[in-house]
Amino acid sequence: MTTNELLPLAVLASSLLPGLVIFALPEGWTTLRTTLNLFGAIAKLVLVAVLLAGVSAGEEFGVRFAVLPGLDLAFKADALGLLFISLSAVLWLFTTFYAIGYLEGAPHRSRFFGFFSLCVTATMGIAMAANLFTFFVFYELLTLSAFPLVVHRGTDKAMKGGTIYLAYTLIGGTALLTGIVWLHHLLGHTEFAHTGIVAALGPEYAGQLKIIFLLLIAGLGVKAALVPLHGWLPQAMVAPAPVSALLHAVAVVKAGAFGIVRIVYEVYGVEFAQSLDLLAPLAVLAAITIVWGSFRALFQDNLKKRLAYSTISQVSYIVLGVALFGPVGTIGGLVHLVHQGIMKITLFFCAGNYAETLGIHKVSEMNGAGRRMPLTTLAFSIGALGMMGAPLTAGAISKAWLSDGAAAAGMDWAIWVLWTSSLLNAAYFLPILWRAWFRLAQAAWPEEHIPARGWRETAWLLLLPPLATAIMTMAAGMLAESPGSPLEWAKLIAEREYRQGATLP
Amino acid sequence: MSSGLLFACVGALLFAMGIAGVILIGNLLRRVLAFNVMGSGAFLILVGLAQRNDVPDPVPQAMVLTGIVVAVAATALALALVRRLHALTGKLELPTDEI
Amino acid sequence: MIWLILLPLVWASLAFILGAGRGKWLAIAGLAAQTGLAFDLAAKVGAGGTAISHTIGGWGAPLGIDLTADGLSAAMLLLTQCVALPLAVYASAYYKRDEAAGAYFWPLAGFLISGLNALFLSADLFNIYVTLELVGLAAVGLVAAGGGAQQVAAALRYLFATLVGSGLYLLGVALIYGAYGTVSIEVLTPLVTSETPRLMWIAGGLMLIGLMLKTALFPFHFWLPPAHGGAPAPVSALLSALVVKASFYLILRLWIGPFGPLIAAAEWLAWLPALLGTLAIFWGSWRAIRAERLKLLIAYSTVAQLGYLFLIFPLLTGHGAIQAGVMQAFAHGLAKAGMFVAAGVLIKATGQESVAGLAGAVERLPITLLAFGLAGMTLMGLPPSSGFLAKWQLIEAALDRGYWWLVVVVLAGGLLAAVYVFRVLRQAFLLAPPGQTVATVPRILEWTAFALAAASVLLGLRGVELMQLVGVVA
Repeated sequence: MTTNELLPLAVLASSLLPGLVIFALPEGWTTLRTTLNLFGAIAKLVLVAVLLAGVSAGEEFGVRFAVLPGLDLAFKADALGLLFISLSAVLWLFTTFYAIGYLEGAPHRSRFFGFFSLCVTATMGIAMAANLFTFFVFYELLTLSAFPLVVHRGTDKAMKGGTIYLAYTLIGGTALLTGIVWLHHLLGHTEFAHTGIVAALGPEYAGQLKIIFLLLIAGLGVKAALVPLHGWLPQAMVAPAPVSALLHAVAVVKAGAFGIVRIVYEVYGVEFAQSLDLLAPLAVLAAITIVWGSFRALFQDNLKKRLAYSTISQVSYIVLGVALFGPVGTIGGLVHLVHQGIMKITLFFCAGNYAETLGIHKVSEMNGAGRRMPLTTLAFSIGALGMMGAPLTAGAISKAWLSDGAAAAGMDWAIWVLWTSSLLNAAYFLPILWRAWFRLAQAAWPEEHIPARGWRETAWLLLLPPLATAIMTMAAGMLAESPGSPLEWAKLIAEREYRQGATLP
Repeated sequence: MSSGLLFACVGALLFAMGIAGVILIGNLLRRVLAFNVMGSGAFLILVGLAQRNDVPDPVPQAMVLTGIVVAVAATALALALVRRLHALTGKLELPTDEI
Repeated sequence: MIWLILLPLVWASLAFILGAGRGKWLAIAGLAAQTGLAFDLAAKVGAGGTAISHTIGGWGAPLGIDLTADGLSAAMLLLTQCVALPLAVYASAYYKRDEAAGAYFWPLAGFLISGLNALFLSADLFNIYVTLELVGLAAVGLVAAGGGAQQVAAALRYLFATLVGSGLYLLGVALIYGAYGTVSIEVLTPLVTSETPRLMWIAGGLMLIGLMLKTALFPFHFWLPPAHGGAPAPVSALLSALVVKASFYLILRLWIGPFGPLIAAAEWLAWLPALLGTLAIFWGSWRAIRAERLKLLIAYSTVAQLGYLFLIFPLLTGHGAIQAGVMQAFAHGLAKAGMFVAAGVLIKATGQESVAGLAGAVERLPITLLAFGLAGMTLMGLPPSSGFLAKWQLIEAALDRGYWWLVVVVLAGGLLAAVYVFRVLRQAFLLAPPGQTVATVPRILEWTAFALAAASVLLGLRGVELMQLVGVVA
């Protein structure tokens, strides 16, 4: 087996093997567990860096195994997959630090980190899948490994959240499987290819292909929280904060969005999808989700639930970008995949900080939090401003490209949708910032777990990750034109997905 | 009517009666007896087949011998179980409660 | 080949004479040897590309006994040995010393396995009858051994069902002999055309009903839940994983062999097993979702899962149906054995049999719960598992023939299985009520459960060799 074949497997192994060992560790062996966690995360980052360097130079990485005659488990590291992989690998490292801090002294940490590592392995598998079969295998693995994390606390509320999560994701998985097997039956294979594979079928299959598209999007839309399949996400907020951060910024939700990207670009091909009139309904669905999510967020007092509805809305920016025919829209959607991840994880880290340090779970309890926890609130503010699309943040870049993409695709109504959403974002984020910075604190915090020591407002491990991701948010915004930024990578991917070559402004 | 045909018809009749007995009768001992009647019916059909030609066919007769051995073993097991059930519950019928 | 039948007879008899203490080691050693033999046979059949025959004692048919191993038989032999060996290891630690059930387990299990091996290797219909009876009686004995009134009643119910089943089968054999003068499958198959005498149709019907009764296909499933749900865990595992597969194998063998031309002449007949299979899936899943006792839940799950096997009959005219059936047999065999074994550990540890009493089990018995989860994954048909591959193959075969409602049934069955599997898993993840004691169980019990469950999942990563093996026909 050559190095190019081993590397994708090594990426998987870098989280799978430590995870399996961690499962077996006794609860008290904190040092070894932490070492394994961090070793795995750093090893993965190194491997991903090697892959990035290779793919930009034009090298090919991939490996396949026969599972059944005619059905292969196949991995490849291409530009699109690497976008998702690098986001996941970087954010996993930060979430690991954060989780170690957050769960200090909590029970069942071995179980938690074991399943945590499995989730990341599954996400890597989704990103590196070279055909729909492999994609589906890891997609369902992600469903299963996230379940124990959602129900980690073992309370009745946790169980209820977990059951709803499972009901949605398993039914979605069934729809996805139906589409995949049907497609495999028609084509004989489901290998991803730039500019798609289904165009090889004749026009008499158009009706079937439309139904298959519907099934695939429905299946993926559950995880991507497209309306009306989004109901599980707010219920899953019952999980601990690192889980919410992981689920909503990195793994589950992005996996659904990433799947939609793969389907539109590498299975159907964006030009063929346009010819079947599939993109316009998808754009409408994304637009409805964007507005509905933001609208519901206005009425949530629970901080994490407000962020959950915000996620529902923001992830559909990616789907909207995909559905806007033209390279500009594509770039907007792809770059938002990264940007939304960074910004949302900042917000969830901060929400977790407020809960762990001061016992704050509700927006109404946040008066004066900025004075007590200035650094956390600064990070939160940067993330919130990014969500609104304020200048100099990553969110501004995404919004600009998406708006331009809407104009280029002739869907000007989408620009109105984006502006409406930004306004709604302001409407539900600015009050939080106002309360935190400019209102006086109430008599006592709900439950002050971690007292302030000098200017160290909370534990280091809880404080540093959101600050780091907030800095990344600013960097992605201000340094977007430099090589190696998510924007440049998105441009590279978009170039390869359009047959006539993408003409970019 | 040739003896072969007679055997076959009687055998079929016994088989049907036997099966009906096993399924429908409640008392366990009678069910075991019904099973034996069923087995005898099958054997009778085989013996009837053996007599089709002028020279008796040994293959069905071998089958019947094997079958008798198997039926004896099954009957023994059934009776042992019935006895055990009777010792444990004092009844000679299967309990009808749904688990 | 003959050793696969003789060896278990030898160690079973020795176990009876020497008692459980030495018997269990003999059994494990014997099964290890048999597993090696089964792999060897599978390799030979696969490499040779054709079936292998053996005439016992040099006395050929019609008075002697012939043994034949083609791809399908070799695969089923592999399944039997690969499930029985971990189960033997499990049972050696499960039964306490001097437990009556333990003393009877080894000889009866040995006869059961010998009968199963002989069944898969038999080449003529009457020999199949003998092996069917041997398997049936041994299974009944296992259910009853050392049990109380409920177990004996369940065993009697099973016994009557199995005797009626084999009686119908025997009658069918007699009628076939009357029609064609032979019982050898190899000789019989070319002789049967679509203009067979009415006798053949009757024989076919009788044999089909008899074997369906033995496989516990809906609506003949009434004997299975009490028997499998009430027996000790190793016995339930053997029965659910292997014994019911044997009669399914026979239905398949007869369907594609001697009775093939009859089915071709009356295509609607193929829908009968599929319809009953569909009803089995829904009814079994429904009862499993509502079951209070853990082992009863798993037993009803068997009723449901067997339904999948019967969905392949309308698909046999297309591609890939037999492969799907074998993959499903393997998936269910390994997973169900693992699940019963895990349930046995849970019941031993918590001291009670209900699903509700499993709260908090995940802390004390994580490996067992993991095994249950992995086995559940296979039953639900979630990747990466052999159950998922079986599901994929079933759906592809159904799409190949254009039978959409079969696809819907398969997918719905998977979702229903998820309901009852997660019912158990959710209960285990709940916080334990205070004051609950969990006894320690020997580690080997947990690890055997894990081994079986992991095998069912790992097969899902590499099914190529098995499928190639099945493709080898006589």
